[in-house]
Amino acid sequence: MSMSTGLIWFIIAMLGIGTFLIRFSFLGLIGDRPLPEWVLRHLRYTPVAVLPGLVAPLVLWPDATGGNLDPARLSAAAVTLAVGYLSKNVLAAILCGGTTLYGLLYLLG
Amino acid sequence: MTTSNLKSVYWKGVRDGAPFILVVIPFALLFGVVATEAGLNVAEVMGFSVLVIAGAAQFTALQLMVDEAPTVIILATALAVNLRMAMYSASLTPYLGQATPWQRVLIAYFLVDQSYALGHAKYESSPQMTLSERLAYYAGVLSPVAPGWYGASLAGALVGTAIPPVFALDFAVPITFLAMIAPALRSLAHIAAAATSVVLTLAFFWMPYGTGLLAAALVAMIVGAQVEQVMARRRPA
Repeated sequence: MSMSTGLIWFIIAMLGIGTFLIRFSFLGLIGDRPLPEWVLRHLRYTPVAVLPGLVAPLVLWPDATGGNLDPARLSAAAVTLAVGYLSKNVLAAILCGGTTLYGLLYLLG
Repeated sequence: MTTSNLKSVYWKGVRDGAPFILVVIPFALLFGVVATEAGLNVAEVMGFSVLVIAGAAQFTALQLMVDEAPTVIILATALAVNLRMAMYSASLTPYLGQATPWQRVLIAYFLVDQSYALGHAKYESSPQMTLSERLAYYAGVLSPVAPGWYGASLAGALVGTAIPPVFALDFAVPITFLAMIAPALRSLAHIAAAATSVVLTLAFFWMPYGTGLLAAALVAMIVGAQVEQVMARRRPA
C-alpha cells in the first residue's frame, strides 16, 4: 500500500471517533427515555437483518477462490447454519463448520 | 442486592462470553495477518483494533485502503458497516440508559457484536435484573472477549505473513457470523428478516460501497416487524 503514515493514522483516528459516536448515539443522547414500541419492534430484528446480508456474498463469492463458488466453503456454511439452528449452540456450530471446511479442503484439495 | 450476587452475575457473564474467544481470536488474528500483509506496521494494526474495535469495519477499511480508494469513501463505507451499532445502542438503552455518563462511555466503546448479542438476550430474558447486575454481566462478557481481541490482533500482526493460505482463515469470518445468526432464527419473523436480508443484499450487490447491504437491512427489519405483527394478530388473545 502506497499510503503515507499520516494518512493511515488519520483514517484510523476518524474511524475510531466515528465508530464511537455511532455506538454512543442512543446510549449517550437519549439516555433513559423510553423508546416507542414500534421502534423496539424493528430493533428486535437488527442482527438477523444485517448479519445474513453481510455473510451471503462472503459465502457465495469468497475472495480466497477469486470469487468463485467453492464446494468446501459452501458446505461449511450450510453445516454451521444447520448445527447452529438445531443446537442453538454457537460454539458447536463453529466447530462443526470448521471441521467440515478443513475436512473438505483436505479431501478435495 | 449483595456483592456476592454481583460477583456471581459477573462470572455468569465471563462463562457466557468465554466461548466467543474461540470466535474472536481467529477473527482478530486474521485481521492482524491480513493487515500486515497489506503493509501496515504493528502500531497501525493495534491502532485499528484498539481505537476502532470493530472487525467487519476494519476489514472493509483495509480492503479499500489496498484498493487506494479516496479517503472519504474509505471512512464512509467502513462507518456504514458500523451503522448497525446505532441500532445496538438504541436497543440496549432501555436496559442501560440509566448508567452514569462515564459508564455509558465505556459501554459504548465496548459495544461489539458479542457484548450486544449476549447482553440483550440476557436483559430480555431476565427483566428483574438491577442496573448494577446488568453492568456486571456486561463487564463479565467482555473480560475474555476484549483481551482476546487485542491479544490476537497483536499476535496476528507479529506473525504477519508466516501463516500459509492453506489454513483458509478467510472463512473464519463467515462461519463466525453464521454461527451467531442460526440460533437467533427463533421465530418466523426472524427467519423472514434473515431471508430478506440475504436476497436483497445479493440483488443490490451492484450498489456501490456497501449501501446495498444497508438498504437490504432496512427492508429486512421492516419485514421482520411486519411479520411479527401479523403473527400476533392471528394468535387468539
